[in-house]
Amino acid sequence: MQALYAQLLVGLINGSFYALLSLGLAVIFGMLNIINFAHGALYMMGAFMAYFLLNLGGINYWWALLLAPIIVGIFGMILERTMLQWLTGLDHLYGLLLTFGIALIVQGVFQNYFGSSGLPYAIPDQLRGGMNLGFMFLPIYRGWVVIFSLVVCLATWYLIEKTRLGAYLRAATENPTLVRAFGINVPRMITLTYGLGVGLAALAGVLSAPINQVRPLMGADLIIVVFAVVVIGGMGSIMGSIITGFALGVIEGLTKYFYPEASNTVVFVLMVLVLLVKPTGLTGRAA
Amino acid sequence: MNKSIASLLLGTALAATAAGVAFAQDKTVKIGALSDQSGLYADLGGPGSTLAAQMAVEDSGLAAKGWKIDIISGDHQNKPDIGTAIARQWFDVDKVDAIVDVPNSGVALAVNNVVKEKNGVYINSGAATSDLTNAQCSPNTVHWTYDTYMLAHTTGQALVKAGGDTWFFLTADYAFGAALERDTTAVINANGGKVVGGVKHPLNTPDFSSFLLQAQASKAKIIGLANAGGDTTNTIKQAAEFGIVKGGQKLAALLLFLTDVKAIGLETAQGLNFTETFYWDMNDKTRAFSKRFAEKMKNSAPPTMVQAGVYAGVRHYLKALEALGGNPHDGVKVVDKMKSMPTEDDLFGKGEIQPNGRTIHNAYLFEVKKPSESKGPWDFYKLVGTVPGDQAFTPLSESKCALLKK
Repeated sequence: MQALYAQLLVGLINGSFYALLSLGLAVIFGMLNIINFAHGALYMMGAFMAYFLLNLGGINYWWALLLAPIIVGIFGMILERTMLQWLTGLDHLYGLLLTFGIALIVQGVFQNYFGSSGLPYAIPDQLRGGMNLGFMFLPIYRGWVVIFSLVVCLATWYLIEKTRLGAYLRAATENPTLVRAFGINVPRMITLTYGLGVGLAALAGVLSAPINQVRPLMGADLIIVVFAVVVIGGMGSIMGSIITGFALGVIEGLTKYFYPEASNTVVFVLMVLVLLVKPTGLTGRAA
Repeated sequence: MNKSIASLLLGTALAATAAGVAFAQDKTVKIGALSDQSGLYADLGGPGSTLAAQMAVEDSGLAAKGWKIDIISGDHQNKPDIGTAIARQWFDVDKVDAIVDVPNSGVALAVNNVVKEKNGVYINSGAATSDLTNAQCSPNTVHWTYDTYMLAHTTGQALVKAGGDTWFFLTADYAFGAALERDTTAVINANGGKVVGGVKHPLNTPDFSSFLLQAQASKAKIIGLANAGGDTTNTIKQAAEFGIVKGGQKLAALLLFLTDVKAIGLETAQGLNFTETFYWDMNDKTRAFSKRFAEKMKNSAPPTMVQAGVYAGVRHYLKALEALGGNPHDGVKVVDKMKSMPTEDDLFGKGEIQPNGRTIHNAYLFEVKKPSESKGPWDFYKLVGTVPGDQAFTPLSESKCALLKK
């Protein structure tokens, strides 16, 4: 029984990464209608940025949490301005292909320069060690990841669903012409939104750098699972992505306990089951 | 009269053909370096293995003697179907004579069958499974650098003898992990130890915390890592995070490469015991080679033991071809010649190839240095012990290889 609690907690930790990443994907899809396949590569860039900041600039983890998402977010905005914006109004497939290509190029460049086995990034001193919870040893850093990502997820949800800025944003995606008529700069808003989604991916990257290796393919390994999370949650639904992200982390953790061989596939089995019953995903609205 | 002229002409023609064969021995060779070029084993093999093969060709000096030797490379992506498809195409279309490297035991065993079917030469350096020279041995195969039997009988045995008598395995769920767990379990049992549990994880798993919790709960003294590359580095790093070593359990990295230690960082990796058959900083000869190698590598990395094995294997292969006076394009014949000649090179020293295809050379027990002991970017290992080849690898009396029953 103790072991079960431990697995639940570990699942929640992985779930925070799924939630952060699928949240960014949902924001981008919901607002820009782009299936952002470059999300994994941008997550990887976030982790690398933390590594560069530390090793080239002597800038520590805490600043990296702020700076890396901003830098990678700006890179994302440049991508949006130079490439993605030309896809407005076209079929989803074009966005998917373009971002997939971008992901391959970015990963290829990093792999060319840094190899595939990865670079070490230490846990910041303040978050080292762990607590004995009685049923398991919880590394403090992992506890931090859960709490921090939960806060970020809820803040993003609040920003989009409850604030005036979020209302403009949602209106702009529903009817850009009308919103533009009110004097709001819709293209700039779209660019900033893409930057926000990308920043969330990079933030997840910084969070993961001390736990996983900083590797060029770290995003490629994760992105398929995250897409499954988004699909199960319902494409574009903000709260759906957050809840599904955490829930799937837990389910995956339990699978690792009861039948580890299936832990890589359980998410996809769930995806098939959910789509059979509810083709729009758990919280998705009918198109 | 006519008849005798005809037979004279025929005789001349035959003599000319025979002479032609004798004088214009075929001196073209094509070698395919088949590896994981972009996945979790790319740094320990990959482009570095191709470079090692090229350096072996250059160092052989055969080009100056009129030989034409080409190297091509391929990416098997850790998928047996892709590996065999490339191998088939290489033999059928590109007329490749030899395939080298091939990390990933699953792919290696699949390619083994193709090479045998096409009568090519197979010099495997990257794969670990001892089945390559045991149950699935082939007259076309030479297994160079290391194998699971050797890893089990060096690292495994040393740890059991040092008091690590209860084990829990974290095993990569494919041919390699299964072979390593099987061979190590045999050693543990033979030395009075016991395996108390284990978990099989999918290849290329980013998060090991669930598995590590199970290992922790098992209370085993040793947590045996029957995985490799990125999987091993992630396990070791996350085990440190969960305080496993501090809690009194010991990690046994049954297979660890230079690039893995680099990726983990000495801070976390220090004190780990493991076995390799080559380390760049062993002696003047290995240092000289590694320096030349690192200068040509994009990230200035010295060779891993897998890459060193590719170099040594190709050198020996070319020596055999030279001794044959040309390339007969007959895999079994070339491999027999390789087996008949003692091996000797700058990287592995003196050795031999056994009738089952297993290359025998020294194995070394290493310990990862503390950060304070390391003097340079790749100064990672302390030599703890040397195991002579005949004790490290499967004795012929225990081998189940069919080639030995002749």
